[in-house]
Amino acid sequence: METRTSSRRTFLTLSMGVPLGAALAACGSSGPTQAGAGGGGGSTSGGGGGGGKATYWYLTGQPNEGVRTRAVERFNKANPSSQLATTTFQNDAFKTKIKTAIGAGEAPTIIWGWGGGGLRSYVQAGQVDDLTSWFDQNAAYKDRLFPSSLGAATVDDKIYAVPVECVTPIVLYYNKKVFEKVGAQPPQEWGDIMDLVKKFNAAGVAPFSLGGQSRWTNMMWLEFLFDRIGGPEVFKAIYDGEKNAWNNPAAIEGLTKMQELIKANGFVKGFSSITADSNADQALLYTGKAAMMLHGGWTYGSMKTDGGDFVTGGSLGYMNFPAVQGGKGDPSDTVGNPAQYMSISSKATPEAKEIAKKFFLTEMNSDAQSKDWVGTTQVPIVKGVDAQFGSGADAPWQKFVYDTAANAKSFQQSWDQALSPTASEVLLDNIAKLFQLSISPQQFATNLNEVIGK
Amino acid sequence: MTVPPVPARGNASLTAAPGGQGRGLAWLAVPALLLFVAFAVIPLIGVFVLSFTSWDGLGEIRPAGFDSWRAVLSDPGLPHALWVTFLVIALSWAVQTPASILLGTFLAGFQRYRAVLSVVYFIPLLLSSAAIAITYKALLDPNFGLGAGLGIPILVQDWLGEPVLAFSVVIFVVSWQFIPFHSLIYQGGVRQIPRSMYEAAEIDGAGRVRMFFSITLPQLKYTIITSSTLMVVGSLVFFDLIFVLTAGGPGDATRVLALEMYKRGFQANLMGPASAIAVILVLVGLVLALLLRRLGGRNSSHSQLEGA
Repeated sequence: METRTSSRRTFLTLSMGVPLGAALAACGSSGPTQAGAGGGGGSTSGGGGGGGKATYWYLTGQPNEGVRTRAVERFNKANPSSQLATTTFQNDAFKTKIKTAIGAGEAPTIIWGWGGGGLRSYVQAGQVDDLTSWFDQNAAYKDRLFPSSLGAATVDDKIYAVPVECVTPIVLYYNKKVFEKVGAQPPQEWGDIMDLVKKFNAAGVAPFSLGGQSRWTNMMWLEFLFDRIGGPEVFKAIYDGEKNAWNNPAAIEGLTKMQELIKANGFVKGFSSITADSNADQALLYTGKAAMMLHGGWTYGSMKTDGGDFVTGGSLGYMNFPAVQGGKGDPSDTVGNPAQYMSISSKATPEAKEIAKKFFLTEMNSDAQSKDWVGTTQVPIVKGVDAQFGSGADAPWQKFVYDTAANAKSFQQSWDQALSPTASEVLLDNIAKLFQLSISPQQFATNLNEVIGK
Repeated sequence: MTVPPVPARGNASLTAAPGGQGRGLAWLAVPALLLFVAFAVIPLIGVFVLSFTSWDGLGEIRPAGFDSWRAVLSDPGLPHALWVTFLVIALSWAVQTPASILLGTFLAGFQRYRAVLSVVYFIPLLLSSAAIAITYKALLDPNFGLGAGLGIPILVQDWLGEPVLAFSVVIFVVSWQFIPFHSLIYQGGVRQIPRSMYEAAEIDGAGRVRMFFSITLPQLKYTIITSSTLMVVGSLVFFDLIFVLTAGGPGDATRVLALEMYKRGFQANLMGPASAIAVILVLVGLVLALLLRRLGGRNSSHSQLEGA
């Protein structure tokens, strides 16, 4: 029988080939995976941008993709001799792809990202250009941006990225209809939250929606608790690599309060199997299965699109995270994403770099683009943009986001973006375990102290 | 006594012939060998070398001696991932093998409807793991999934949020996906068993159950080994399905070795330790495959048909 005679060979290839396949995958494939199916003008281009062309990769997903595409189209139309070639990617595919491409020396001219710890790792590897002197030359440009947006672009007092796009603080959303039905008021402080948990559970409504499988969703809670209890200094010490900074009493108190909320059934049943990518957590809020949700400002737009008349009918309430009684933090502080960031690959040609800088100056944070962002119910990181909000249905929301960002004394960048990729993976891992109640606050602190400064 | 002629399907004499024709045709193996070297041997060496370096995937690759190995071997995450991987292998084997044998035996009949059924059963294998994982995730969602939709309370569980349940779901989905493939292998295996053996057993008055245990199962021995090898080595590198379904969670309840490797390499930017895990993965795969081969005996590559 032929099958049997060949079984030895098959089995050898299998036994070695299959694990190797996995090993190979670990080395990354760097073929141009073009995911431009999202409707944008995604024409592909290879590596570091040779000749009179610069390359720019960005994310798919409307409405942001449209704004990005239109900016490129305007630029290419206005500059026939210096063109920008674009490729679009889905969010998660992009994160892996950009890292692999940079490691392989195939990065696009413009490296789009989240700033913070990821940017720091590019800087340490010498992969992105220092833009400090460019900012000095264009001081007026720099002055128009939200000051809080520059922090995550700065590594060791030098600026390596241009803050772009929109400001998205984390917001406490609530369903007004559910609150009315139960006869409850939005929480003023942490004690109210614990009371509301009892009230909503008794009424058969989940107090908080949460997409816990994504892990960074859980992290947003800790960011606020640390800030409200101990002020921004608690995380700053961690960020600065101070030894045993996670052992700060405020940190331990925050972690303990977190587990108390979980034990009190503060979150929707099955939260640790819900992902944020599928927007199921938002659906829980607008279908009234959950009363509240702590989430990024970016979910306003998707709830408006997916939630029927939930947003347009005025059922969506939103507020900044409440104070914790006796806490040192300022309740006007916020956390989240102060901006998105664009860097220039140090491997790009001088021509390509010039095109990228011209693009930053003429299109990024321009009036035309700000108008475009405002049209998508978002808030660009440009000072005074609130004058453009008008009196539409989304204006109160935009005003709220603008004021939150502008009035915050501390706008802390999301921890997983602020820390190095190595430390943030350990952080997310331990957050998942903390929410599973499988580790104690003290164990959490101990595990994370080990990776401080790494 | 007349022995019915056994059709000479297998050609054991050809393979058993020492040298002779075999040597003359050796050059035919060159393309396969070249591919094997290019896509298996060279990357393996690369990964091995990488496991002795420190690299964040972005900057320079610096030699780091045994640092990565020390880090990986002293991390409690490794024994845990090995244990989870082992459990996935053992449990998915234990679920898939009996089901596949029974299904394969059933499908080995020659009635027309069985051919149609075997096509229907085969469909799960045609779907990509990612699609399967996303579908199951949606079906199992405690708030919007099957249980909530149909109003069946027993189905409303935190399927992917409780460690034991999540693990069981992984085993179930893996089995659901791969039982069709192994049934096909067993169907082929059963069809190779000479009918004369069943006819003889029938004359001796054996029932269906007796025939299954005395003829079908022993005759399938080498099919079982082949199928088990594929299962074991296959489940060793489960990645896509688990990654999409549970992302290794809740906590680290379903974090298999391949996932551990990915997380370290691509999420934590630690290519050295990730490579060390990859090497461990290769070693474990090799040991398991050799073990199974030992179990099958030396002559498993020969036909087990009498007279052939």
